[in-house]
Amino acid sequence: MKRYALNLHPNTFVRYQNRNLFSLYQWSTLKCLLNIVCDNTGLTPIHIRGQKQDMATTIEVKRKNGAIEAALANDASGRPRIEKRGRPFDDFMRYLLLACGTISVLTTLGIVWVLGSEALAFFTSVNDQGNVFSTVLGNLGNFLTGTQWQPGAGLFGIWPLLEATLMTSFMAMLVAVPLGLGAAVYLSEYASQRTRSTLKPVLEVLAGIPTVVYGYFAITFMTPLLQGVFGRDTVQFYNTASAGLVMGIMILPTIASMSEDALTAVPRALREASYGLGATKFETISKVVIPAGLSGILAAAIVGISRAVGETMIVALAAGAGPRFSFPPDFFVAAETMTGHIARISGGDLSYGSIDYQSLFAIGLALFIFTLLLNMLSRYVTNRFREAYQ
Amino acid sequence: MATMSTARERVKDEAKFTAGLRNRHLRGQIWMRFFQAAILLGLLALITLMFNVVNRVYGLTAVRDAVPVSTFSDRPLEELNASELAGILVAQLPSGGRVLVRDSLIGQENYNNNREAPLSQLIQGVTLPDDVGALTLAQLQPENTQVIFENAFTPEDMRLTIITDIVGREVLESWTWSESLFNRAAIDEKVASTADWEGAQLEWRSWLNFSFLTSRMTTVASESGVRAALLGSLLTIFLTVVVAFPLGVGTAIYLQEYSTGDHWFERLIETNIRNLAGVPSIIYGLLGLAIFVRALEGITQGRTIISAALTMALLILPVIIINAQEALRAVPPSIREASFGLGATKWQTVFRSVLPAAMPGILTGTILGMSRAIGETAPLIVIGASTFIANDPTLASRFTVLPIQIYNWTKDPREGFSEIAAATIVLLLIVLLLFNATAIILRQRFRRSLSA
Repeated sequence: MKRYALNLHPNTFVRYQNRNLFSLYQWSTLKCLLNIVCDNTGLTPIHIRGQKQDMATTIEVKRKNGAIEAALANDASGRPRIEKRGRPFDDFMRYLLLACGTISVLTTLGIVWVLGSEALAFFTSVNDQGNVFSTVLGNLGNFLTGTQWQPGAGLFGIWPLLEATLMTSFMAMLVAVPLGLGAAVYLSEYASQRTRSTLKPVLEVLAGIPTVVYGYFAITFMTPLLQGVFGRDTVQFYNTASAGLVMGIMILPTIASMSEDALTAVPRALREASYGLGATKFETISKVVIPAGLSGILAAAIVGISRAVGETMIVALAAGAGPRFSFPPDFFVAAETMTGHIARISGGDLSYGSIDYQSLFAIGLALFIFTLLLNMLSRYVTNRFREAYQ
Repeated sequence: MATMSTARERVKDEAKFTAGLRNRHLRGQIWMRFFQAAILLGLLALITLMFNVVNRVYGLTAVRDAVPVSTFSDRPLEELNASELAGILVAQLPSGGRVLVRDSLIGQENYNNNREAPLSQLIQGVTLPDDVGALTLAQLQPENTQVIFENAFTPEDMRLTIITDIVGREVLESWTWSESLFNRAAIDEKVASTADWEGAQLEWRSWLNFSFLTSRMTTVASESGVRAALLGSLLTIFLTVVVAFPLGVGTAIYLQEYSTGDHWFERLIETNIRNLAGVPSIIYGLLGLAIFVRALEGITQGRTIISAALTMALLILPVIIINAQEALRAVPPSIREASFGLGATKWQTVFRSVLPAAMPGILTGTILGMSRAIGETAPLIVIGASTFIANDPTLASRFTVLPIQIYNWTKDPREGFSEIAAATIVLLLIVLLLFNATAIILRQRFRRSLSA
């Protein structure tokens, strides 16, 4: 029996006058193969010289894995059959690559499991009230509402840390959103091609600087500057304002480049229409272009917040050590953010399984959920409010 | 009458319109200035940041030696050979240098457990003459100690030990380059008039110099080097890429070439990668601490470069995957079709046609990931990078890296450490620059070989 070994595209097979023939990928290949098959199966090669359009009318192409083998094996005519040779190496590589992809899923599972289990251990072991359920519930309640973080006294309320995180992030957004959006508008609407090609790399450099360098900048430049402006009595050496301002500079390129993408995606026709109605350039930008690109700008701002919340090195260096809750918030005194606390405590000699060790994972879990929600919100905003232009 | 009033109204309207137009344009002008100012502020921030760092790398420094070199040597230390340096150590150190032998060669704990053991057993990795090796620490004579020092230390090590332990060099204050240039009189005045600063010497000093790169860490800022951190960074980044590159590219190939996006697991991988890219780096640190440092301690030996590199690999995996996917997507379908038409299998097509065509983009993405990893500090702090590492790191030893040193030295309130932090920053930025230059060169070369 004559056998034909063919290299076939595994995802495609051709249905010819209700008979499964073979899989293929290209029209030219189809023609060669059809000839062979027709020779061997006794079919008349009517459609072989057709155009690609003919193929669509006479031949159904379906995508289905492994269908070819099944179809050909069922061919009971007893004539020579075309079979796909097994490709064990190819299959092996496919699964190897899939295994690579699984690592990223395992990473997420690992994060969730590690944070979850250690946080659970934390909530079950602090302030034991006999009953596991009420202990966890009580601790969780204290964790989410408490305004004191004093591990020595068994007080684990996240608000001092959360407040500092919100303060630095707020400060950062105060800098990054207007400046980032302004830079984006300038780059996409005003700047000439040449100016843009010089200024964009500058922003990229700013985005590529390691955050610890920004921390150094905060402590050696921004803090002395603030102390010079507002006086040493008002501004402590470690303060959230300095950390927040520098963080804003760090996030600026992210917001600028994401917003610029959103603005350049707004079609030219909208601008032209606005000019046609007699609007000035600025009116066009503020009333047409920015509203049209708003979803992208919002998404950029949310990503910016998420980065500010998760940023560690700037706050670890410049914001201060020691959790402190203050109401109303004072930006000129030292406070410790969630990330800053994790960095400081884990930097020392921490014994595994201690309450301090576990409490870091509880903070980490809160941080993880917080940033995850922000990132999901950003994607939702992009998809939900995106204007589709032709 | 009626027409006249309409005409008059029209003129009035037109005047109003003209005046309004002027205002509208003026408002536009003002806002344009604001937009321009925004980007200029970004530019200004970058310049200030760079200047602020470079300004601290070079400048006047007041240094004082508690026991000047001239009191025990008539020649500068750089000119002395190994035996002369060892001689100085033995002559000047307390108890004839035996304390140094115990602390730096034997280890305090080791000695306390084996007081009577001969030195050849206690001191590992140093070849000693038989007669010296047979002695216990207490039996050591000065000439024996000198032999040990000559064998165990390099001249550079001994020079540093003399400066830190005998000379007691101390950085009293250091001034930035701009202060040194424009405020020289005040600096001279301060050095001359400060009561505690007797014997202080004022000198121009570049904190980033060759010996800074090659010497080990010490407790004195002016003599401290960044060698261990630089090697630690390079080792970590090398291992990170070795782990992350195949995993990342493999995932990207699967998602771009094999996945149809129909299966739920394929969609899960895709969504998951986007989410991982947004997870704060410190969370990866917690993951590394719990998994690599603690759970897999048997394999990674705890807080070592292996743990650090594995954590970093997970951290930069999304960056590599997303960029590699982008690069694979940019490969035209005709290349795949041509390969299939020639009878190549899927894997042959991917490996021999698609991957080479996408390689420039993949490498650029990988170097982006490397740039992120080499500057990343937070996860390594959580994993437990050390603050003080005197010896060259190995894969399974405790370690430090450049950004960790920047962090530690920035926090250090002692004089001179802020300056070596600045020098380390400049070094780190140079390494980053080299990475990016490599990326550009690689891209050019690959592009040429493809077009040829």
